[in-house]
Amino acid sequence: MAKITYNTHDSKTYTIDVQNGLTVMEGAVQNDIPGIDADCGGGMACATCHVYVNEEWKDKLPAKEDGEEDMLDMAFEPKQNSRLSCQLIVADELDGLIVNIPSKQA
Amino acid sequence: MIKTDALIIGAGPTGLFTAHQLKLIGLSCEIVDNLDKIGGQCIELYPDKPIYDIPAVPECTGEELTNNLINQIKAFNIPIHLNERVDEVKKENDSWLVKTNAGKNFSTPNVIIAGGVGSFEPRKFAPKECEKFENQSILYSIKDKKIFEGKTVSIFGGGDSALDWAVELSKNSKVNLIHRRDDFRGAQSTVDKVNELAKAGTINLYTKYQLANANGKNNLESIDIKHDDGKIKNIKTDFALGFFGLIMQLGPIANWGLNIDKKTVEVDTEKFETNQKGIYAVGDICNYPGKLKLILSGFHEGALAARACFKLARPDEKYRFEFTTSSKAIKNRLGVKE
Ligand SMILES: Cc1cc2nc3c(=O)[nH]c(=O)nc-3n(C[C@H](O)[C@H](O)[C@H](O)COP(=O)(O)OP(=O)(O)OC[C@H]3O[C@@H](n4cnc5c(N)ncnc54)[C@H](O)[C@@H]3O)c2cc1C
Ligand code: FES
Repeated sequence: MAKITYNTHDSKTYTIDVQNGLTVMEGAVQNDIPGIDADCGGGMACATCHVYVNEEWKDKLPAKEDGEEDMLDMAFEPKQNSRLSCQLIVADELDGLIVNIPSKQA
Repeated sequence: MIKTDALIIGAGPTGLFTAHQLKLIGLSCEIVDNLDKIGGQCIELYPDKPIYDIPAVPECTGEELTNNLINQIKAFNIPIHLNERVDEVKKENDSWLVKTNAGKNFSTPNVIIAGGVGSFEPRKFAPKECEKFENQSILYSIKDKKIFEGKTVSIFGGGDSALDWAVELSKNSKVNLIHRRDDFRGAQSTVDKVNELAKAGTINLYTKYQLANANGKNNLESIDIKHDDGKIKNIKTDFALGFFGLIMQLGPIANWGLNIDKKTVEVDTEKFETNQKGIYAVGDICNYPGKLKLILSGFHEGALAARACFKLARPDEKYRFEFTTSSKAIKNRLGVKE
């Protein structure tokens, strides 16, 4: 279990306990947090689960796998701290993670 | 006006198999899809990836699955209208009047929405100002490359489309290629070619840049691009082309008076009918308790929706359940000789 904080573009904050093994994307979708579309259901094929991770977390998260950076090319306004939330698998180490949801997914 | 027993929106795996089921029970149908090819997500998003959970098919790629489905309906000669989006569905007497953005009209008692997560549309540039120039000097696909001759063209993206067009257009235009990072995801041979042309000065390469703004009165005059370090560069250009792949947009489906929750359409699990009589939703786009977004679920849903269509298409006949192995009528429809 890990506490994940989602900040929406319009400054709302949701802090949720997400079970280990779920993805950060699933944590948002299952809890009706707006702004993460996840059109492809976690298949790394849509880039509509794009989030910006807080700077202090950028280097603590598991590295991007092949394909994630390619998919981020297509995301809406990608930055250095961009990640696909469907590729972030929740584990105890992610406790306290803060992600910021972009203004749009496309 | 095209009359048909059922109109299917979407030529993904679900739409294709639903068409098979309709024809098998003796109904006519036509399919419309916004994409330029048949196969939905399987062909657009993962043609080369293997799928392992199609019943009785241990392994096949997205493209193979699509080709098999096309083969399975070949004998029926079903009209498939590609490059057309269904924009309007409205009631007219006892039928549904369906209109596409290419001006085609269908009249049918049954509309089956097999629209996945919506129609595939190009992803666009982020800055708002770009809308003003869209279809004029800011484009997301190329229909006629002659319009670029002798002009300056700024191409954005890092995949094959962006790279291929950069190479092609550099023959007759001044080309800027702009990408958000140093790595390109296009084919290595094209990447090498681009680097070669960049070295020779034929293509101006800007990496770690993204579009920040588009400027101009009526026509695009220049663009501002922003480096990762925050610095902004202004470059003069006649055109800006964005190649960021496709995105699924629910689009017009949202306007047809259906119960929609989280981009999906609510249905019952007997007929897969929506809150509108004669409009069904099957595959990824439908939503009911326990829904799984899998290809196999779409097949089942399509089979049931097809049976439901029979009632409205042939109000005076009774639907009889038959197996394909033993039914003469079905074999005739399939053109199978015994
Ligand atoms: C990377 C990835 C891997 C996957 N792996 C598997 C797997 O291993 N097994 C599995 O079972 N599933 C898998 N899936 C899911 C599977 O692809 C979908 O469940 C399936 O494609 C749904 O089929 P569909 O026909 O309902 O919709 P889609 O395939 O999405 O097709 C819908 C079509 O409708 C068209 N459309 C929508 N609206 C309109 C309109 N208004 N007018 C005209 N056309 C319209 C669209 O352009 C599209 O072509 C995977 C998905 C992805 C992204
Ligand atoms: S949900 Fe589609 S890429 Fe993450």
